[in-house]
Amino acid sequence: MLGYLIKRLLMLVPLFLGITLITFTVIHLAPGEPVEMQTAMNPKISAQTRQKLREYYGLDKPLYVQYGKWLTRLSKLDFGRSFASDNRPVIDKIKERIPITLSLNIIALVLEFGLAIPIGILAATHRETLLDRGITIFVFLGFAVPTFWLALLLMYLFGVKFGWLPISGLHSLGSEGFSPVRWLIDMGRHLLLPIAVATFGSLAGLSRYMRANMLEVLGQDYITTARAKGLGERAVIYRHALKNALLPVITLLGFSLPGLIGGSVIFETIFAIPGMGQLFYMGVMARDYPLVMGILVIGAFLTLVGNLLADLCYALADPRIRHGG
Amino acid sequence: MTNLYTLYWNRFRSNRFAVAAALVVLSLFILSFLAPLITPYDPDAIDAYHVLLPPSGAHWFGTDELGRDVFTRVVYGARISLKVGFVAVGIAVLVGTVVGLVAGYYGGWPDTILMRLVDIMLCFPTFFLILAVIAMLEPSIWYIMIIIGLTGWMGVARLVRAEVLSLRERDFILAARALGASDLRIIFRHIFPNAMTPVLVSATLGVAGAILTESALSFLGIGVQPPTPSWGNILTSGKDYIEFAWWLSLFPGLAILVTVLSYNLLGEGIRDALDPRLGRR
Repeated sequence: MLGYLIKRLLMLVPLFLGITLITFTVIHLAPGEPVEMQTAMNPKISAQTRQKLREYYGLDKPLYVQYGKWLTRLSKLDFGRSFASDNRPVIDKIKERIPITLSLNIIALVLEFGLAIPIGILAATHRETLLDRGITIFVFLGFAVPTFWLALLLMYLFGVKFGWLPISGLHSLGSEGFSPVRWLIDMGRHLLLPIAVATFGSLAGLSRYMRANMLEVLGQDYITTARAKGLGERAVIYRHALKNALLPVITLLGFSLPGLIGGSVIFETIFAIPGMGQLFYMGVMARDYPLVMGILVIGAFLTLVGNLLADLCYALADPRIRHGG
Repeated sequence: MTNLYTLYWNRFRSNRFAVAAALVVLSLFILSFLAPLITPYDPDAIDAYHVLLPPSGAHWFGTDELGRDVFTRVVYGARISLKVGFVAVGIAVLVGTVVGLVAGYYGGWPDTILMRLVDIMLCFPTFFLILAVIAMLEPSIWYIMIIIGLTGWMGVARLVRAEVLSLRERDFILAARALGASDLRIIFRHIFPNAMTPVLVSATLGVAGAILTESALSFLGIGVQPPTPSWGNILTSGKDYIEFAWWLSLFPGLAILVTVLSYNLLGEGIRDALDPRLGRR
């Protein structure tokens, strides 16, 4: 296990370097240079300041020198300063946004797995029945619904038409004066729709995957054996089949992270939630290069860590990998 | 060979959902090619006297904030969606196939490097990457198609590589090599056609994904730029007028839903027809 762990940790280094290289290349593909963009929008910046900025970002140096400098600063968690008028360090801006996006996504992830696994089992054990058909239709609709449209419809129904739920932000006006319980309930009401949208987005794929796994496992010889020795259907499904059907789902946990983080741009923008997705969107619109690069690197890094954790869980759960790898 | 294709066709035909989906996809093509014949309105014609009208006999899907006919804009929007879907997926399939063929056939360090590249690309939240690149460039439909393609080839590369790995050791490849066929000939003449089945399926599903991505980008205002109608940017005004004009949000969304649903069902149908092993789930 230790050997496997060390091997996986060592693999992180080239992958992380690759992430930074791609981020750097992508940003420098753009015609014109960042300083031009920043100064063009602000007539007050003099030629002298422009030169200073150029030196700070090392823009007068060749690209590989710039990349090296950027990488050195990254290793000290220095992502540079935002081009926005507040001119704050990018890392501070990201730090205050990350908790919101991460907790939203973790809640959505838990809900997603909590719902998709039973749905998948139900569909597999009731194969070809009305229930299975119904679930399949739901799954295909889920695949096809654009999340932003779903958000729009929910906003219209619950926010505008019935007026049950708030449709933007995290807190109501004047929530500072609320008691802690009321404050929490208020935030929960604000989060209900965004979390529903975030969860629904990937629920379909996961439940279909779970159904397929379950069906495959149910076709195995050891299940026939279990049935042949007279075990009840419950024991067969929950004790023998489920564990094996769940194994591949663990890896999917890691894979669903980039989708979730990427998806947060959409629902955070629509519901005006001050998270990383919204920050990224604003950064992109303002061409705030240091901010965009910072979030790209951190987003990919989070995925990398997520994948690693998922793989470790998989290794813990599956002795074949633990001992073989 | 003809017998095999008859078998595929018969299997496909017996799947009602897939046939229905194929018909929808076909009608979308016809609709978008014949757009000017189908609707009497000009998609960009502003009509200040008929602003935000609800659906009626004259305007089936109502009118938008500039008095333009929403049905007309949705029909013309289909053109954009189909174009983006096919070009983006074409690029993804091309890049993915080449990467997968090279990695799988040659193995060794080209394989290691290419597959690590796939791993790295899969780490990025794709939507972030697309957003970043598009915002750095000028928004244009060509950039959108290229970027959606360049961020979507990894799955195809993995599929093709896996197929090549299993084909490489087969007897007919060995026979071709023994007869003195060059690498290129073996790859394109013998391996490529055999590895295409899963790619066809993943490409069909990819069209659905690309259409969704384009509509999300256009919705956020960095995709197809107005006044050119796209389903996503009609929904942008749908959001602004959601309190007074539900039809602006409902119809373009339904158009996306139906289109994406059809491509997904079509993809599944093709997979079941070509490879029943995978379909019997």
